[in-house]
Amino acid sequence: MLLTYARVFLCGGLICLVGQLLLLYTRLTSARILVAFVTLGVVLTALGLYEPFVEFAGAGATVPLTGFGYLLGKGAIDAVAEKGLLGALTGGTTAAAGGIASAIVLGYLAAVLFTPKTKE
Amino acid sequence: MNDQQRQQNYDDMVKRLSPKSEKPFSLLKAFVVGGLICTLGQGFKDLALQVLRLDQEGASLFCSFCLIFLSALLTGLGVYDRLGKFAGAGSIVPITGFANSIVSPAMEFKREGFVTGVGAKMFVVAGPVLVYGISTSVAVGLLYYVLGLLGG
Amino acid sequence: MQAKRYGRQSYALPSKPRVCSFASTAGKKEGEGPLQNSFDVVVQDDTLGEKSWEKAETRMLSDTVSLCLRKAGLREEDVDLFLGGDLLNQIVSAGFAARGLQIPFLGLYGACSTMAESLLLGSLLLDGGFAKRVVCATSSHFSTAERQYRFPLELGNQRPPSAQWTVTGAGATLLTCEPTHPIAVEAVTVGKVIDLKQNDENNMGAAMAPAAADTLLAHLRETGRRLEQYDRIVTGDLGRVGYRLFRELCKQEGLELGDRYTDCGCDIFAPEQGLQAGGSGCGCSAVTLNGHLFQQMLAGNIRRLLFMATGALLSPTTTLQGESIPSIAHAVSLEVVPCC
Repeated sequence: MLLTYARVFLCGGLICLVGQLLLLYTRLTSARILVAFVTLGVVLTALGLYEPFVEFAGAGATVPLTGFGYLLGKGAIDAVAEKGLLGALTGGTTAAAGGIASAIVLGYLAAVLFTPKTKE
Repeated sequence: MNDQQRQQNYDDMVKRLSPKSEKPFSLLKAFVVGGLICTLGQGFKDLALQVLRLDQEGASLFCSFCLIFLSALLTGLGVYDRLGKFAGAGSIVPITGFANSIVSPAMEFKREGFVTGVGAKMFVVAGPVLVYGISTSVAVGLLYYVLGLLGG
Repeated sequence: MQAKRYGRQSYALPSKPRVCSFASTAGKKEGEGPLQNSFDVVVQDDTLGEKSWEKAETRMLSDTVSLCLRKAGLREEDVDLFLGGDLLNQIVSAGFAARGLQIPFLGLYGACSTMAESLLLGSLLLDGGFAKRVVCATSSHFSTAERQYRFPLELGNQRPPSAQWTVTGAGATLLTCEPTHPIAVEAVTVGKVIDLKQNDENNMGAAMAPAAADTLLAHLRETGRRLEQYDRIVTGDLGRVGYRLFRELCKQEGLELGDRYTDCGCDIFAPEQGLQAGGSGCGCSAVTLNGHLFQQMLAGNIRRLLFMATGALLSPTTTLQGESIPSIAHAVSLEVVPCC
């Protein structure tokens, strides 16, 4: 149990550390880094490399945006096996639908309830 | 001295006189905060699996939802931007950062209306992530389909 | 005609238009900085009770202009012209402020150089005899600038150490053609747009420093003056990075600035406030000039001041299209003269 959590912490932390390295040493903006991470997640999943990493690191692999890519990639691959060509179009988005819809609904609610404050 | 030389000289001067970030410390902060957010995610997942008795897929969604909810709440309360200032990529790269990038413009553009502001600007930062993530997943799906035809 | 012109960029103002009154309003962070005692008004709530940041900035600008007139014992109808601008698209803060003030209005855009640009044009109009009193004013607001140029306020991002913090503040100067006050505008230099192909929007000081150096050199060359004739040379918002670059650029041209050189962006925030390279925005040079600097002149600590506000003429669109940052600086030479 404790070991699992140690692996989650280390792997998740390392992915974020790579992100910070990119922020510091390249002039990539955070939006570009997020795009790179999600795309990398999809590609690594397609190559069969991300699945073992998820089994090893748990949330340390699924919570960072590469994990969002994994969800999209795995969704597409599984759906193709199940439904054929149509699955290529629907698989990724279906798998990610829960997360996207949560963010949209909660974002809307936050806009209704809260007003932005100036930065400190 | 021609223009190009002048620009080159000036570039060198700018590099020499511009301040450098405090690198080791900011890397540590990103590592620790990022790691903690993931650990929290694992906690939510285990809670879903063991206490709520959800299946793997349900537990993953529960975990994402809880993290997104927390991020939306902290963004609304004006705390997440301070966390971001402290942790950098540590709070940008996890799914909570993705949620923050949707919630913050939604709040910001409220005054431009709920359709033309909130609705239109919600994905101004996060949109590209969906565009490239989903497009790549479709490409991967197609590739697997073609490979399946060839192999099967 | 020739007598009023030193050279291609510089003009003499033999009638010496005077600074009749000045006013400044600053935000909370500026009010906690080193210049806190020099502002007329410090607003603690940067919404000023308005519904949007844009409305707040407009209020701040128009209140500052009104205060400036009140300090001179004048009303809006006593002023012939309002010259002003700000950083927002279509310079809405100035336009909307002018809607309320009902003073004939010319909107200017010079990015953060607007304070110098408006003083420059205002004194030319006074010297030409086209007006008796002109009010020059400009503003910037951290929250309006941030949402237009950068990110939503609640987005959790980090700023690199070369980034500058947009000043929340407004400054107004009332110029008059009557020789009733001690501070006079006696010469001005119009800047050229200079671009040494800097494209880091988080390092504006680096983009603007060459423009400031170019204008200073043109001013000294055309007027035939030496650096030593000025007690103080002030740039608008180069910040701590641009400050060092400007010094270095001047040194390469054989100008040793010494301690007569300061920058409003460096002076307005203390390094301990944690605001990276310092202040920026139209308001940065406007509140420093219309507070601290004019007060120093009245107190006799500065007799001759060369005020050079610097502006980066970029937009979010040009940045996305990969363009570099063209910049400009205008110089206004102010001196303390005997008055009747």
